[in-house]
Order: sequence, then structure tokens, then C-alpha cells
Amino acid sequence: MADGGAATLPRIEAPGGASLKRFARRRSTIAFLMTLPLIAVIGGLVVWPAGYAIHLATLNRRMTSFIGLGNFEILLESETFRMVIFQSVFFAITAVILKAAIGFWLAHMLHHIPANGQRKWRGMLLVPWVIPPALSTLGWWWMFEPTYSSINWILNIFAIPSVPWLGEPWWARISVIIVNVWYGAPFFMIMYLAALKSVPEQLYEAAAIDGATSWQRLRYVTLPMMRNIISITVLFSLIVTFANYDIVRVLTNGGPRDLTHVFASYAFQVGILAGNIPRGAAVSLFMFPILAIIAFFVLRGVNRRNKEEA
Amino acid sequence: MSATTIPVKQGIYHKAGSLRRERRWALWTAYLSLIVSAIIMLAPPVYMLLTSLKTSAEVADQSGSPWWVSSPTLENYWALLGNRMFIDFFLNSAKVTIAVVALTMVISVLAAFALGRMRFWGSQALATGVFLTYLVPDTLLFIPLYQIVGGLGLLDNAWGLVLVYPTLTVPFCTWIMIGYFASIPKELDEAALIDGANWMQMLWKIFIPVALPGIIAATIFAFTVSWAAFVYPTAFITSPAEMPMTIGVVSQLIRGDTFAWGQLMAGALLAALPPVVIYAFLMDYYIAGLTAGATKG
Amino acid sequence: MAQVSLRKVIKAYEGGVQAVKGIDLEIADHEFVVLVGPSGCGKSTTLRMIAGLEEISGGDIAIGGTIVNDIPPRDRDIAMVFQNYALYPHMSVYDNMAFGLTLRKFPKAEIDKRVKEAARILDITPLLERKPKALSGGQRQRVAMGRAIVRDPKVFLFDEPLSNLDAKLRVQMRTEIKKVHQTVKTTTIYVTHDQVEAMTLADRVVVMNHGVIEQVGPPQELYHHPATKFVAGFIGSPAMNFIPARIEEASGALNVVMNNGTTLAVPEDRVARYRPHAGKQVLFGIRPEHLTDDKTMDKSNLAPLSLTPEVIEPMGMETLAHFRHEGTEITARLDPSTPAEVGKPLALIAHMNQMHIIDPTTDKVI
Repeated sequence: MADGGAATLPRIEAPGGASLKRFARRRSTIAFLMTLPLIAVIGGLVVWPAGYAIHLATLNRRMTSFIGLGNFEILLESETFRMVIFQSVFFAITAVILKAAIGFWLAHMLHHIPANGQRKWRGMLLVPWVIPPALSTLGWWWMFEPTYSSINWILNIFAIPSVPWLGEPWWARISVIIVNVWYGAPFFMIMYLAALKSVPEQLYEAAAIDGATSWQRLRYVTLPMMRNIISITVLFSLIVTFANYDIVRVLTNGGPRDLTHVFASYAFQVGILAGNIPRGAAVSLFMFPILAIIAFFVLRGVNRRNKEEA
Repeated sequence: MSATTIPVKQGIYHKAGSLRRERRWALWTAYLSLIVSAIIMLAPPVYMLLTSLKTSAEVADQSGSPWWVSSPTLENYWALLGNRMFIDFFLNSAKVTIAVVALTMVISVLAAFALGRMRFWGSQALATGVFLTYLVPDTLLFIPLYQIVGGLGLLDNAWGLVLVYPTLTVPFCTWIMIGYFASIPKELDEAALIDGANWMQMLWKIFIPVALPGIIAATIFAFTVSWAAFVYPTAFITSPAEMPMTIGVVSQLIRGDTFAWGQLMAGALLAALPPVVIYAFLMDYYIAGLTAGATKG
Repeated sequence: MAQVSLRKVIKAYEGGVQAVKGIDLEIADHEFVVLVGPSGCGKSTTLRMIAGLEEISGGDIAIGGTIVNDIPPRDRDIAMVFQNYALYPHMSVYDNMAFGLTLRKFPKAEIDKRVKEAARILDITPLLERKPKALSGGQRQRVAMGRAIVRDPKVFLFDEPLSNLDAKLRVQMRTEIKKVHQTVKTTTIYVTHDQVEAMTLADRVVVMNHGVIEQVGPPQELYHHPATKFVAGFIGSPAMNFIPARIEEASGALNVVMNNGTTLAVPEDRVARYRPHAGKQVLFGIRPEHLTDDKTMDKSNLAPLSLTPEVIEPMGMETLAHFRHEGTEITARLDPSTPAEVGKPLALIAHMNQMHIIDPTTDKVI
């Protein structure tokens, strides 16, 4: 071992004593410093507020004493809040199913027309997603306006009687869903179109030669290849739709008679407008378990997808 | 042998089925669906535009078609552009958005580079955490943040929005930047390492230029999200002088029962203009950013 | 002065898996050394340890007489050419080549001089303003080499640089690399899995397998005197035939007797070498080019045998005949004019001067 050769060679350390190990350690330190602002944002503006919300929700209205789960109990006993739960769930599920179905259909149609025309159509169809929803909802509100409704005007042409869009609870719910679907379907379309394009053409050719009809190609090639992206998009949209505020706020503001409130708008109503911060926090927190479950599945889907790509 | 059964003129081939007709049908269905949906998708903004070009008298007049403007006028737009309050909305939006975009991009690019390329203890968990925070909606946080921002004395102050908007933008931008950085081949940083670059030089001279499309996509995302943010300003801002566009148009241009519909629609369209213009010119980046969240991540 | 020394270099991963198991290698100044071996043999890991891209788990690496174990890559004064070129896509060819010098704060005039000189050597002067995107594979490869040359480093490291090129371009670039080395004479360590590249480029070839060095030597030596069965089989294409056989002594002479009884006489000058193995089971190794039809000039020590071809592959300048003999595949290289037919016995001769006998218990060539 001690054949001398190695021992006599001069060992130089890099300037500043940056040996490879220290180099690696320094790298970790630099990396950590670079993520500090991110950690500050996540910790200070997401994790801490989330914990603080739990604390707030256990206080009485004037935030002077601890009342445990009192706010949650009061909420669950209230007819209005039970309606909020129903409305949120109904709204989210219906809207997401419709968005996914329409988005998939449009993506499929778009994928089938010649490639040089796709860009133009895609550009037009994505417009609803680009306009800030609070503002486009204003336009819808105006189109739903009882006296001047331009939609009713069109319906009347076809001899369909005017619809009390925002005046009657069920129609108001449907209106909220219509606007949300209008706003969100293009997003699904874009996601699915990207996924469709990533399915290798040869798979379809192989399936066609194996004798698959176009329906079978959809069923056995397209859908399995897109399964993951479909579930990620649907789950993600469930979260966003479930927590939606803009559309309800502008379109119905919870009316008529507080029957179209969703969690977000009701939390706003109770917490900010009526000034009962703890109860408002409690309303928001009701979303948490549902969102956590969905988030778990999204994460699983994303991880699975990463593994597939790796 | 076959010559006896098949007429000579037809030769040995005969036509079975019609691929062409099938394809043409599929194409017709596709175009029909696209036309119908394009009409539906574009109707609200078009109707907003039509209304914004009408005088109040024409809006109120129910004798003609609401989908037609008989005497188009820009008076609604001029009225808004001459309105100090409306200009303030715009300036507030611009101020908040620019600050938030700058802040977001610095935070996310640094963090994404560290998380995606440098690897350290806990970096994997932190990357997952970033994604999870992206899934936390603003409507879950606005009440505690209301208290926190209030505690800092920043309620009813546009700078309070600059403080909280990063919760909307940073997680997603970091997430897609991690994806973009991850798609840069490892040999590129090794080559830079051998060429003598330190970490900052590597980020600044190699990664940022190479991932520029990703940076543009993330910037567009941060911009549109901050511009369109609605929950936080609605909750935190009460005086018109501090309001950004979205909430300003929604809350201040609706006055009592006598709605100035034309002006309201003109205001909404003007407020929606910046993201729409960006979309029109940078559509590909916009869409890349949209899809990157799921395909890159 | 830039010789490279590896002493007992080990690369171990967590969990104790050793990718490189303590290798020793001395590379002289100006030498062109090729590390060759199948994928996973540790050759790339060795190169990356020399570059400083991988930490060394044990042993020492010295460049130009100084141990560099703890020196980060940028201070080792090396340059590396990667398999996928790793050109900076947003920089022009000129900037790609200048980048390392700019970071090292060379004066502008000096950078310009060096880049232009390298471009001249590599014949890429007209491409200097282009982006890598606009270059062909071979041109990118030249730029990657140019990036290494301008730095005028102590050592060039090449990591499978030609693997991404098509066959024709690979041959062309191989010549190019050799020419460049003859011009700049920098010590070069080159990693490849392609034994033809190794043979054509190297002053010395290092054959690696499973993290150890099997043999080091000039190409001709590896070809004619492989030390192990692995080297014998790895160097040369098509690969050497290994036929199970016995060494048998008959009236003072030795014979290689194949399992079907075919007997081939061992040349006299090798009798002493193989005598200790008389009566033992061995592997009889013979390259396809030394198992051929009877049309050669060198008539000494030829042994006739007959085999029935299963597949005939005419290649133009030669014809390959494949046989199956007691479960082993045998390949012979025939003169294209030989009328070989599948299923028809073919008279062949083995050039016993070129044969190898391998001890199957140690896999060493006797």
C-alpha cells in the first residue's frame, strides 16, 4: 500500500478551502437560502393562517373567549348552512362533470380538424378562461337581468317563455352552474387537447389495423392513455369549483333568500360583512376535510404521472 | 379464373366501404360542434361589447333586438377614461400586479432552481409542500389573512394585497419552474460546472435563458392571477381609492337601481383588457403555462 | 505536464454497491487512453470522478502530479465533451466556446484568438454565429470539442461523444478526433462502449468490466494477446468463438479435441505453454477471421475441420458463415467467392497460430 508514490504527491486544496465535501455542503446552504423566501411565503401566508383559522374558529363572536366547537355546532344546526353544504356540493359536482364532458368533447373535435385550423379555434374557445371571472360574470349578470335579458329575448324568438334566471332558487343555481361551466370548460379542453396530442399516432394506427372501430379506439386507447390527466384535472377543478367565490358573489350574492350561497360566499357574508370572524372562519374550515381528501388524490395522480414519465 | 366472375372493366379491385365519406362526416360534426361552442363562448363578451357601445337610452329601449347597436358610441369609454376613480382602479391594479409579479418570479425562480437542481435535505418534501399549497384555495385563507393583514395595519391598503397575492401565484409558478428546470439536461450544468460557473452564474447565464419560455409562461400566469384576483381585494379593500380594477368595477360602477349598464360593461371590458391583450399576443406561452402544471409536474 | 494517475480508486454508492472497485491506472502526458466496456462497467463513473462530477469514495486521483480528490471540477483544469454535446442552446457557437474563458475572466482579445484558432482547427469558422439548434449532429460535436480545445486544459475527457451520431458520421468524427489529438496533443481520456472506436483511437485501451480493469494495453496487443476471456470476447468483431474442447497429448504433440472428436494440432511453439493443461477441459478460442476457407497464403499451422452452415451472410468484401456446434455458436469469415450453402458441409481451416486457450475455471487466457 505505502508504495510512496501517492504520499509524495502534493495535495492541494482549492482556494478558500472548498473541498468537494465542503463544496457539497455549501451547495446545500446556498440552496436553502434560495428557498427561504418560498418557505417564508408558504409558512407565513399559508400554513400559519391555516392554523390561525382553526384558532379563530374556536372563539366567540367578539373573540374574547374560547368556545371550542361551538361555532361548528351552531352552523350545523342552522338550516341556511345546511343549504350551503348542499349547494356547494351540488354546484361543484354538477359543474365539474359538465366542464369535463364538454371540455373532452371539444378537445376531441378540435383534435380531429386539420392542424393548421386548430390554433384559431383554440384561441377563440379559450377566451372565457382569459377574462377575469368577476368581470365576465358581470356580463352574464346583465344577460340574465330580468327585464332586459338578452338570453330570454333569444328564447322568445323560439317561442320559449322567459326564464326567471336569477329570481327563482333553482334557476339561480342553474345560472351559477352555467356561468361556471362556460368559464371552466375551455380549461378542460386545453388540458385534454394537450393530452390527446401526446398519445402517439402509431397507437391509433396499430389499433385500426387490429380492427378497432373509432369508438373502440376511444375506449381502449385514448381514455386509458389520458386517464391520469383526466383525473388530475377533474380533482383539481373540484377544488377550485368547490371553493369558488367570484361567480356566486357577482351573479346572485347568495340570493334569492340566501339559497344559492356556497361555502366561500357564506363565509364572506358571515365573517367579513356580518363581522363574525370566528364563525366565518368556521364556515371556511368546513371546506378543509373535503379539500384535503381531494388534494391527496391529486398528489397521488401527479406522483404516478411523474413516475410514468421518468 | 376471376376474369369470368368480375367484369373486365372493373379490374381486380372493387371499392369496399367509403373511408372518405366517414372522414367527411367526422369533420362536419367537428366543425358544427366548434361553431356552436364558439358562438356560446364568445356571446357574453360580444354582448358586453355591444352594450358598452350603446347609450343608456338605447339600453333601456326594448323595442329592438338587444343584440344590435343602432347608433354605436364611445361615450361610455370616454366617460370612464375621464373618471379619476376609474383611472385610480387601473393604477392600483397595475401597481399591485407589477409588484406581485416581480416578487413572485424572484421567489419562485430561486426556489425552483434550488429545489429542482441543487437538492438538499428536505428538498423533496418541500417540493411536495409547494404543490399542496397550490391546492389551498384563497377562500380558505381570507378570513385569517384578514385578521393578519389587519394586525399589520394594511387593511384597505393596496400594499396589503401585495403581501397576500403571493399565496395565489408563488406555489404554482415555483411548481412549473421546477418542471421546466428539470427538463434541462443534467449535462448542461455539468458542462457549466466544468467551464467554471458558480451557482448564481449557472442560474443566471444558463438556466434562466434556457428556461425562458417557462419563465414567460410563469410570468403570464402570475400576471393574470394577480390582475383577476377578487376574493382578497373584496375582503380587504373598502375605500375606492385603494381598489384594484376587478373589485372597483364590480362594486363602484353599480350604483343603486339605476344601473348604467353601458358604462358598467365598458368598465368590465377595459378591466379585462390587459390579460386579453397578453393572451392575444402570447397565446402559446399562456397555454404552455396552463398545461405545464399537469404535464410537467 | 499532465499525466493522470488513478490509485485504488473506489466509487461506492449508499447500500455498499461498488460501481468502481479500486482501479489503478497511470496515463502519460499526451497519451490518448480509451476506457471501454459494456454499459454498467464503471467506465463513465471513472471518467466523472476524474472530472470531479462524482465524489471519490476511496483512493486518489492525481492530475499533473497533484491529488485532486477534493478539488471542484472548475479548478481541475479539465474539459469534457458529453454524449449529448451539452451545448448551451441559447448561446451562439462562438459564445458557447467562449463561455468557459469568459467565466475565467480572460481578456477579450485572447478569447477571440483562441476561439478563432479552435474554429479553424475544427473547420467550423463559418458556423460561429449560429445557434446549436441550427447545427447538424456532427457540427454540434465539433463545437463541443471546440469548447474543450479553447480552454487549453490539462486533460480532455470524452464521455461517449459519438454515440448520438449515425454510423457514417461516427466514422468520420472518429478520424476527426484523432486528427485533433495529433494537433493539440492534450492528454485525452475517452469513454466508449464501442470497441472499434477504442481500437482505432487509442494509444492504449483500458478494458473494464464490473468495476475492475480487465486489461490495459495498445490495441494490437489486446487483439492478439487478450489476457482474459472477457477481453478476448469483447475486442474484435464479430466476436471470438469459444468452443468447449480438451487438450490431449498424443506422442509428444498436443491436440485440441472438440467434443465431436474433431482434432486440431497445437503449433509446436505453444506445446510447452499448454502442456500443464493436457487432459483438462478448456475453451478453445478462435476469431472468425482465423476460421476460414482454405485460400490464404500463410500455410503454417493450419488445421482442417468441417462444419455445416446454418446461416450465410454475404457482406460484400467477405462472407460470414454461422454454425451451430454442440450448442455453441461459431462464426467463420469466408472469402466471398467461396460457394457456401446452408446445410452443405463446408471445409474450413483454423489458423492455430492465432488461437487462444482459456482456462474455464479462471476465465484467464493461458
